[in-house]
Amino acid sequence: MNINATLIGQAIWFGLFIWITMKYVWPPLQKAMADRQVLIADGLAAAERGKHEQELAAKRAADALREAKEKSADLVAQAEKRAQQIVEEAKGTAKVEADKVVAGAKAEIDQEVERAKQVLRERVAELAVAGAEKILRKEINASAHADMLVALKQDL
Amino acid sequence: MSAEGGLTTTGYIEHHLTNLVVCADSSKIDGVCKGFWTFHLDTLLVSGILGLVVFGLMAKFASKATSGIPSGGQNFIEMVVGLVDQQVRDTFHGKSALVTPLAITIFVWVFVMNAMDLIPVDFLPFLLGKITGNEHLPFKFVPTTDPNLTFAMSITVFFIALFMGLKVKGFSHFMHEVFAVPFGIKLAPVNFLFRVVEEIARPISLSLRLFGNMYAGEMVFILIALLGLYQLPLALPWELFHILIITLQAFVFMMLTIVYMSMASESH
Repeated sequence: MNINATLIGQAIWFGLFIWITMKYVWPPLQKAMADRQVLIADGLAAAERGKHEQELAAKRAADALREAKEKSADLVAQAEKRAQQIVEEAKGTAKVEADKVVAGAKAEIDQEVERAKQVLRERVAELAVAGAEKILRKEINASAHADMLVALKQDL
Repeated sequence: MSAEGGLTTTGYIEHHLTNLVVCADSSKIDGVCKGFWTFHLDTLLVSGILGLVVFGLMAKFASKATSGIPSGGQNFIEMVVGLVDQQVRDTFHGKSALVTPLAITIFVWVFVMNAMDLIPVDFLPFLLGKITGNEHLPFKFVPTTDPNLTFAMSITVFFIALFMGLKVKGFSHFMHEVFAVPFGIKLAPVNFLFRVVEEIARPISLSLRLFGNMYAGEMVFILIALLGLYQLPLALPWELFHILIITLQAFVFMMLTIVYMSMASESH
């Protein structure tokens, strides 16, 4: 073990390498590593935020879907109700119309009957007059007994 | 390569444990470099080239560092640097622009130097012998087996810790800690002595731990290599085990440095 001037030379080498590391190796690497750490932290935070937002969006979508379903169910129910109403209304109108038609027909029938009765009455009166004329041609003057004939016609 | 070409076992081991030295004439004793002004050329070259390559690469990747998706190289460097930074964060609670780069430098540099130990012991010397034409040229390829290197590192760490303590605590507080802790100002000489022993023990243990581990590991590789063909079933397990050791030693050196820095900058 002989200690000699090599010691000084080695110390100079050592100092030189410490200087190189201190000046050219460590600072840029430290900066790069620190920057990357920040970058990664930011990325992770962003991912977390994105995930959270995605969850929120999914929840919102589910809400919207449920709302839409409720709304459509409401609409269908309303439409059904309205349809029912319309059918009811139509039924009512048809009944009224039908009643009107029936009433009109009845009135017409009554009129017809009345007219037929009138005609028949006149015919009967004529026949009666004609029969009576035939029977009473000689004895009875039509004009003299006109009052009586009219009264008879009225009774028929 | 055992006992070939007239090389004895002792000679082989010695060859592997001898540094390539250069020195001024004034430092020569009997024609051999033994004085203080001797340089271990192999240690200086290998550690310097490894450091330049590794830190150059790291600086290159760092200059292109992006906070977006990192390239493979950047990713790898970030992994290593992040590991070291995590240790610093866990242990060192002060504010300093120096501690993390220091810890990164120590971990990476010590690791690559230790990793030279994983290259088979005779491979690089053989290559070097072929290139230079001198088979007996001594050259140690694992710089951390040279105590000069480990001491240089630990002493540098010691001084950085000292200055950091002075800077963070201020001169008066620092002096108070040196002379009045743990027994109070009345026993100032005892406190001072304790402090000195503590401060000196740290760099010594720090450097000798790394040196001893790597030297011993290298030694075992050399001894295994001496077995000739029988080295094969032994070299592999030791190699695998050594991967653990080199990483652990680099980590321990780095960790203790962080602890010393943290102790220097915190009141206790």
